[in-house]
Amino acid sequence: MSRARAILGIFLLFLFLFALFGERPLAANLAYYYDILINIGINIILAVSLNLVNGYTGQFSLGHAGFMAVGAYASGSWSEHLSPGMVNFLAGSNGLLNFVLKPFPFLQALPTMFADNLALVVATIFGGLLAALAGLAVGIPSLRLRGDYLAIVTLGFGEIIRTVILNIDFLGAARGMSVTGRYTNMFWTFGIAAVAVYIVLGLVNSTYGRGFLTVRDDEVAAEAMGINTTKYKVIAFVVGAFFAGTAGSLFAHYTGFLTPEGFNFFKSVDVVVMVILGGMGSTTGVVLAAILLTILPELLRGLAHTDFVPAFQKAIEGVIPIHLPPLQGLLENRLILYSLLLIIMMLTRPQGLFGDIAGSRKRVASSPSK
Amino acid sequence: MAQLILFLQQLLNGLSLGSIYALIALGYTMVYGVLRFINFAHGDVYMLGAYAGFAITNVIYKIIPLDQYNAISRHTFIPIFVCTAIVMLGAMIFCAILGVSIERIAYRPLRDRPRLTVLITAIGVSLFLQNMTQFFVGAQPQAFKQLIPVRAIEGLGDLTVLSSQAAIIISTIVLMVFLRLVVMKTKIGLAMRALSVNPTACSLMGVNNGLVISFTFALGSALAAAAGILVAMDSPSINPLMGNLQGIKAFVAAVLGGIGNINGAVVGGLIIGVLETLVVGYSNELTTLFPPLHYLFPAGVSQFRDAISFAVLIIILLFKPTGIFGRVEREKV
Repeated sequence: MSRARAILGIFLLFLFLFALFGERPLAANLAYYYDILINIGINIILAVSLNLVNGYTGQFSLGHAGFMAVGAYASGSWSEHLSPGMVNFLAGSNGLLNFVLKPFPFLQALPTMFADNLALVVATIFGGLLAALAGLAVGIPSLRLRGDYLAIVTLGFGEIIRTVILNIDFLGAARGMSVTGRYTNMFWTFGIAAVAVYIVLGLVNSTYGRGFLTVRDDEVAAEAMGINTTKYKVIAFVVGAFFAGTAGSLFAHYTGFLTPEGFNFFKSVDVVVMVILGGMGSTTGVVLAAILLTILPELLRGLAHTDFVPAFQKAIEGVIPIHLPPLQGLLENRLILYSLLLIIMMLTRPQGLFGDIAGSRKRVASSPSK
Repeated sequence: MAQLILFLQQLLNGLSLGSIYALIALGYTMVYGVLRFINFAHGDVYMLGAYAGFAITNVIYKIIPLDQYNAISRHTFIPIFVCTAIVMLGAMIFCAILGVSIERIAYRPLRDRPRLTVLITAIGVSLFLQNMTQFFVGAQPQAFKQLIPVRAIEGLGDLTVLSSQAAIIISTIVLMVFLRLVVMKTKIGLAMRALSVNPTACSLMGVNNGLVISFTFALGSALAAAAGILVAMDSPSINPLMGNLQGIKAFVAAVLGGIGNINGAVVGGLIIGVLETLVVGYSNELTTLFPPLHYLFPAGVSQFRDAISFAVLIIILLFKPTGIFGRVEREKV
């Protein structure tokens, strides 16, 4: 548990620092870095929650973006349609909180100060709960399957969720949906990331965690020991979906605009690559990988726009007489980087970059399920 | 009578679509048979087969003069089917080499690792092929030049059979017969079947497992390439992501037939193809029968089409995971 506390401590420190300059900066160059930091937070939530399913419980899911989509759209429509009334009821000038706080004049300003935060938190919880519900609905039938079948079925469900959203007019269908409040700030992004890390580590270190690990290490033996494997799988899946939903909500309230295309298979792949790079079953590793993989494409994009790349291309075309498409394309397409990472990691370090260094749960026995 | 003709027409369209799925599904099922893993990159091999055919066709078109339909003329001394055969063989050889190299580079070093590791690698290979193709040829769709003039075959009454459909069905039958001969009558086919039963015993009997696995990949990839070109005959627009959906549908076909079973893949492919065409063809009737469908898919028929294979996949995996012809495998500790 001490490691969990250490990580949580680091996060709280982050939180405190970032809360100090919490709001979105207006200057363009600062806004870019703020953007990256928020994305890091959202990716940490996604990766840590997927790691609970893919890493600790060993159920390879390829549909995480689907649950993120449910959370994003649910919280987005909450903010659009239900939130104003709720916020007014709670934090308005004649609201409930104002009434409660009447005896304390020095606290009177609080409700209006925190109305946005309140709206964000409630929308996020709502999004998370709906995503968890979707996780339950997807998990109960599909978790009876194993290994590669499960991967394909979760992929299928992810695509189905996206297609369904694409066909619901209320959610903007293919036009996309704009979300009213752009409430997401550093404090809540990293706050929820810290909560996700804390809850995942807490679960893994509890009796539930033993259940997850036995399911991963040897399902048949776990069943023989009287463990309800389905129960543990579904719990991991639902908790994972919940946090994916909260990440979706943060995303929705940061960008202010959602399209179904943003939650396609490749978004799921992004998260899977983070989990694999960090090491399946290592929360610390996955957090580091999420940070790394959010920054790396930006760095490569920066590199693509230097003079070096066209010069390099000219040099190559001078040596070999073939005409290549602009090499910037290679650096700007993050999926080329990710696919190479996947292949190279699996060939050389299947335990992930940080898998056996930091806080991973090692397999107790070698798995016979080949 | 008109109803019957319509039904037959739909059935025929379904069979030609299903043949494509069957050809791709064979690659999934054969690889699963010998290696017990889903070759996620197979759909992209199919896509690259189409692109290889595209390149060869363009070369042929540069050499041979065209008629006013912008197709290879009937009056040139090289008949149309020779050109088609050259394109198809070229693409099949290209994809066979591609499939073998993918296996050598990415999958062979992982032979004794958990299946999940290989699956993740396969996803990586799939993404790599897609995005590298996108890098080299661009993301926009390309128009595949006509290999055979597409027109209705005469003398079949009210039934419309396009020459491309006939070509698809005939080529598929030829390839299936060829595959059947290879698997059932040759020594390497025997080795493939033996390997799928028990790899260890197989290598103890003096079979070179590595060679057989390479051969399986070559065979499966060549069939996928053929499918890629046949598709391009019917709907001549190819793009780097065309393998995704087609690949998944073919995978569903393989699972439906019982993955690892060659006959099953063919039957599964045909069933999926026919089902898809029938559901789309009778979508109006279906919506009157089940009004909720209208609200689920207001954008209409194309949405139906892609949802079917996923629905079939989920239903089979829940009720009969072994598929139609599959055997039950006991899990051992």
